[in-house]
Parts: sequence; C-alpha cells; structure tokens
Amino acid sequence: MEKSQIIETIRMVRDEHLDIRTITLGLSLLDCVSDNPKKAASNIYEKITHKAQNIVQISQNIEEEYGIPITNKRISVTPISLLVGQTPSEEMIIYAQALDKAGKAVGVDFIGGYSALVQKGMTNGDKNLIASLPQVLTETKILNASVNIGSTKAGINLDAVSFMSKTIKRISKIKAEGNAKLVVFANAVEDNPFMAGAFHGISEGENFINIGISGPGVVKSAIKRLPETASIDQLCQTIKKTAFKITRLGQFIGSEAAKRLGYPFGIVDLSLAPTPARGDSVAEVLEAMGLEKVGTHGTTAALMMLNDAVKKGGVMASLRVGGLSGAFIPVSEDAGMIDSARDKTLNIDKLEAMTAVCSVGLDMVAVPGEIPSTTIAAIIADEAAIGVQNNKTTAVRILPIPGGKVGDTYSLGGLLGNALIMPYHQAKSDVLIKRGGFIPAPIHSFKN
Amino acid sequence: MIKIVITVIGKDKPGIIYKISQELAKVKVNILDVSQTIMQEMFTMMMLADISHTSVEFLYLKQNLIAIGKELGVQINVQREEIFNEMAKI
Repeated sequence: MEKSQIIETIRMVRDEHLDIRTITLGLSLLDCVSDNPKKAASNIYEKITHKAQNIVQISQNIEEEYGIPITNKRISVTPISLLVGQTPSEEMIIYAQALDKAGKAVGVDFIGGYSALVQKGMTNGDKNLIASLPQVLTETKILNASVNIGSTKAGINLDAVSFMSKTIKRISKIKAEGNAKLVVFANAVEDNPFMAGAFHGISEGENFINIGISGPGVVKSAIKRLPETASIDQLCQTIKKTAFKITRLGQFIGSEAAKRLGYPFGIVDLSLAPTPARGDSVAEVLEAMGLEKVGTHGTTAALMMLNDAVKKGGVMASLRVGGLSGAFIPVSEDAGMIDSARDKTLNIDKLEAMTAVCSVGLDMVAVPGEIPSTTIAAIIADEAAIGVQNNKTTAVRILPIPGGKVGDTYSLGGLLGNALIMPYHQAKSDVLIKRGGFIPAPIHSFKN
Repeated sequence: MIKIVITVIGKDKPGIIYKISQELAKVKVNILDVSQTIMQEMFTMMMLADISHTSVEFLYLKQNLIAIGKELGVQINVQREEIFNEMAKI
C-alpha cells in the first residue's frame, strides 16, 4: 500500500477539484439515413436510446467504485447535415428533437453533433441545418451544435462566416443562452469529447468512448507548492508530472468505461477544463505561475508553456491522445477570467492572442446585443485566421446579450457560469465581411 | 483478489478501527494492511482490504462504511485500489 499515492489522490479529489470532466460516447448515425425525415428521426432516437442506454449507470458505478467524480456523461454523433438530404430547414427540428429526447431518455448531460462542415462550401443540407439553428437551439435543451467554417487545407469560407454571424444574432434575439450551445470552428477535430463542439467525425468508426480530463485545480496547487523562486524549467517539470497523473486517471477510467460498455476506447483529450468553482480555474494556474492578473503582459507566454507542458506530460500517460488537447479559456466558466475581464485586464484582443497558443478560442464571451453581425463575422474570421494559418483548432462561442451593457453580468447557470459582458471595437469591419467569398488556404498547406 | 482502500480522514478518536473492522468482518472482507498518518493536520487512516470473498455489493459496503463515518464524525472514502496505482505508474 503506497501511502503517499493514496494521500495525493484523495487530496486531489477532495481539495483540488480533480474530476473526469466527461465520458463521451461517440456514435455514428450514418445508418439512420432515410428519405423520410420522420423515419430518419425515429431511427436516430432508436439507435441512441439503444446504444447509449447504459452509459450513465456505468459511469456512476465507476465513479462510486473508484471514488473519482465524473462530471458529465455525453454523446457525440455524426454531423447531422450529412443525414438530412433535402429536408427543408423548417422541418429540421424533427431531427433536433429526436436527438434531444434521446439524450434526455438515456440521462446524459449533453448531446453534440447538430453540426455542419462547410469550410469548402455548403450543401443544401448544410444550409438548411444552419438556417434551422435559431429554432433548434432555443427549443431544445441539451443538444449542441457546431459549424466548421475554415481549415488549413480549404481556407476560410467567408460566406459561411457571414451566415453564422447572422444566425448568432438571430439566436440571441430569441434566447441569448442558445448561443452557449453553438460553436463556430476552424480545423474542427473529429473526436472531441468536449461541448459545445463535440461531433463524431466522418472518419470515425461505429462507436468510441472518448474521455475529457480536467484538473486545473490540481496543476495550480502543484505550482503553488513550489517556491516563487523556482525556475520556469522547474515549473514546466512540475506541470508535466501533474499532467501525467491526471491523464493516467483519464486513461484508466476511459478504458474501464469502454470495457464495461463493450465499445472501443477512443482517445483521451488532454485539456485543462475549468468550471466556475473557485480553485478550478485556468486563470488561477496562470496567476500561480507568476502573473498578478491573467490578461496582463506575459499571459500568452505562460499559457503557451502551460499548454505545451500539459501535452508533454499527458502524451506518455495515454495510449491515444486526441480531441482538442490544450487549455480551455471559456471566460464565463472560469472565475479568474471573469475577475480579470471585470477589471479590464483581460479583453477580447488579449483573449485572441491567447488562442494562438492554446486550444479552442474565444469561448463563452458575452458582448452587448447591439453588436453588428458583420463585427461578429470579423471576430470569427480573425479566430479562424489564427487556426488556419497555424494548423490548429480555433473556435468562437460568442453570446450577444440583448439589452446588455459592457460590465453587466448575465447568469447562464450551472457549468456555463456567469458571463461578463465585454466590449468590442466600435470601428466597423463590414466592407471586408460583405466582400464574401473564400480566403484561400495558406501556401504552407500545399505539402504534397 | 479484489482490493479496496478505505481511508478515514478527520479527528482521531477511540473506536474508529474497531467499528470499521467489525463491519468488514461481518461481510467477510479481509483486512490486508492498516496504516495511519497526518495529512494537512488531519488524522488519516488507510486500510487495504480484500473484497473477493464478500457476498455483499461494493456499493452496499461503501454506504455502510460511510454511515459509520458519519456516526463517528469522520470522512470515510472507499475506493478500488487500482486507481491509486494507475495514477502513479509509468
């Protein structure tokens, strides 16, 4: 019996918010296709409720037996735009309701995959799916949507960016929270277990169990135990060792869940994912590294090192790494980020810089509802440019809050936290956005 | 052998080990090792036990032990042992 290992693990769970953020069942729905939308929706419902019927119970059993909290159980499915054929946008809700009901029936927290991949152009199915988003995201509860508008290979589909920005505005006018369930990606990954952007990619197999780890609190405490005079190399080593342990946990819980469910184990997503709880914050990790406030000068450097060290520590601990793998910086879901945004140390420009060196992008950023759709489009295009040019995933999850003023707080509830409404630049970008068309793929994408 | 680790965290007092081992004996759980230490000024007792011969469900055992912990005013965790080894093993 290794006393120190036992004590360390207990401390991580009890005092440092260690958890498995999500067990996500990736499920292919390609065989649910039908020329009759109602039949397809019923196939989808049947398949999910059959294949995922045990995921919640089995996750709870694992949680109890090993004493490790598993915060969310989720399902990701094939991008729905691939299944819908000629279904008009007004009827798309049939699919969305089938997914939402199936998710609720099996008791998962979220279901993701109401998605379209439009980086190189839009099919009729893609267009209808995007057009249906305002209704779908305001009338369903646990369904999440994502649209990929750019990739290093295809460039950026500026027409799709505009379409998405108008859609985001439409959603916000019906129900601002709807946009918390929608992410606009560049270089979206096919095995991401995290929401809102999880979908079961076209190249994936029939089904997979994917794991999203968490643990910013554990990393912060490990750094805090070092003296302030510890060198950056020592910090790096400490983060790597801590990430190794957290990832081992993910690898173990994931393989156990996969074994019990009878599905193959896919990947561990090595991401530091915060929650609104104090002490479970990526911002606080960066501050523990030596910044007075996250967002100040040095933040990008600290985040780059953190993100890289987490990966280096995690890669060896896991059989197969995938998903987004990096630190998440969702503003509303991270108490430290909100503090910094409130005193204006953290703004959209600094967040954008930070997204160049970590996973995802401008995440859970609330802005006043009067923001022009062309400005939203320009924000999405900027993020996509960072991703496309640098061969990485970037995303935008932005929430225009109707009637909201800069500095106001808007409560989203649960894991989504409290959004602080942040300022955007008043100078317009509309001429650029209205040009439309495609930003070509960067020259370094032509590798053959 | 299916091993579990029972940890008790809280204020030390007479009867903790007695009450736990009484419960374990009742359901044929064999104690393999007992150790105690101080973690952040809290008394911590760790017990390694084998549950392969017990007739009761893991959850039932866990709930009973947690209830004993409540009676004694200490926090009791019951976990399968693999988790501790897996996290540290290369």
